[in-house]
Amino acid sequence: MANLGPAHYSPYPVAFYDDLLTPPEGKALLLTEIVDEEVAMREIARVMLTSENATIFPGPQVLYAWNEEAKKKATLIKEMSEVLNAKMIPMYDYRPKYPKIDAEVEINPNHPNLTIWHNEIKACIFVGVHCHYANVALKMIRSETDCYTAAICGLSGHEDAMATIRDQHTKEMARFIEIAKEVKKELGK
Amino acid sequence: MSVDIYKINPEFRDIMPQEIIDLEENATWAGESVEKRGINDLTDKKEILEEHSLCAGCPEAAALRYILAALPLPEETIIVNSTGCTSLMFPHIALHTVHSMFGNQNAVASGIKRTLDWRFPDKTKDVVVLAGDGATIDIGLDYTLQSFFRQEKITTICFDNEVYANTGGQESGSTPKGQVFKMAPKGKVFDKVPMWELAVTSGVAYSVKLTASAPKKVAKVLRESILIAREIGPTYIHLYTPCILEIGLAANEGLWEMKEQDKDRFDDFKYVSDEAADYLKKCKKEGLL
Repeated sequence: MANLGPAHYSPYPVAFYDDLLTPPEGKALLLTEIVDEEVAMREIARVMLTSENATIFPGPQVLYAWNEEAKKKATLIKEMSEVLNAKMIPMYDYRPKYPKIDAEVEINPNHPNLTIWHNEIKACIFVGVHCHYANVALKMIRSETDCYTAAICGLSGHEDAMATIRDQHTKEMARFIEIAKEVKKELGK
Repeated sequence: MSVDIYKINPEFRDIMPQEIIDLEENATWAGESVEKRGINDLTDKKEILEEHSLCAGCPEAAALRYILAALPLPEETIIVNSTGCTSLMFPHIALHTVHSMFGNQNAVASGIKRTLDWRFPDKTKDVVVLAGDGATIDIGLDYTLQSFFRQEKITTICFDNEVYANTGGQESGSTPKGQVFKMAPKGKVFDKVPMWELAVTSGVAYSVKLTASAPKKVAKVLRESILIAREIGPTYIHLYTPCILEIGLAANEGLWEMKEQDKDRFDDFKYVSDEAADYLKKCKKEGLL
């Protein structure tokens, strides 16, 4: 079973017990600290590059080619996974799946911990997941696993992730990839 | 809504499960395939409802499949549902669905329809209410009838299982007189509420009572009612979907129960207003039916 996560099986969001809210515009959130975006990007890259089975979870907003930005983001996320040496497991559908999901190849927001446990993922990035489902999934992962979660969000960010950067569009994602390349070089990976 | 929403970005094609790739390649909805959608797709097309969480053999599950397969424009349809057995299925459906509070589904649907008409004046948007007899006839009767009075252009479907099934078997307004249930031991004292007739009195353009025993018939009625709701006014479908658990039938006996009732309490009732009848003739000429 999972190791005890930082939230100690709390059923509540971090906003409730840690007074955490999403970061202000232009800033990012690292655990309980509001930091500059670049600091958070470096930390996310470092954790992804140094953790076992680092994985990116792309959601429907980037999995499907429904607009031009989604198409560009898909290319960037693919590049991101290569730079970070990360696997990709899609969150392609939010519907609950019975009797159970195939945790090897998919993640579902209603029980994301199954995929984390099964694949022994120690760090992950959520990207392109609609905010309300990202909130649910991130809260569960924080409570029930020891996986480090990062949320790359196009809107306000997610305080239930351990690291979150907000207002991330193609330009910002490209910048993150460049920073990740630098970190990778520094780490000699 | 753009059909591109189902197209997988090539960068992710290698990590997507086969079922999603199948969906992209074989889905019956949207674009040029719309005309071909229908009951016949049920055997090999699974995109709209693959699994459900109702009891084995539940006629409601079958009826819902018929309805989903027959929707003329699923990607432009919003289904408003209410508390009840059917609400257990909606999380599994790949369509826009809104779960309303118990009984106020027709009020919610009215708001959605008006907003969509305002927001997308050049597009066809179908709003379909799908609720049980408790929500439609008992708790939500006021909202149901008021939406008919106001001539809201929505289709209302009542899945009538004649009982409050998932709370243990209490009688509803739709329960026939004399029926005994686990939690109605004395038997129903009053007659079944003839909702299909109330609908006509309240001003619907189309009201039909039937069972879900014949898939093609259900599909035809659904298509007619949605087309009329787009142009003429409110439509109402009263569909008998018995609760086999509460009336003591086995999983494979639901269909026979419906067939029996085709000749009894649910013998054909169909009302079509003159204006709606003319419109249906026009639709038939244009190949929409």
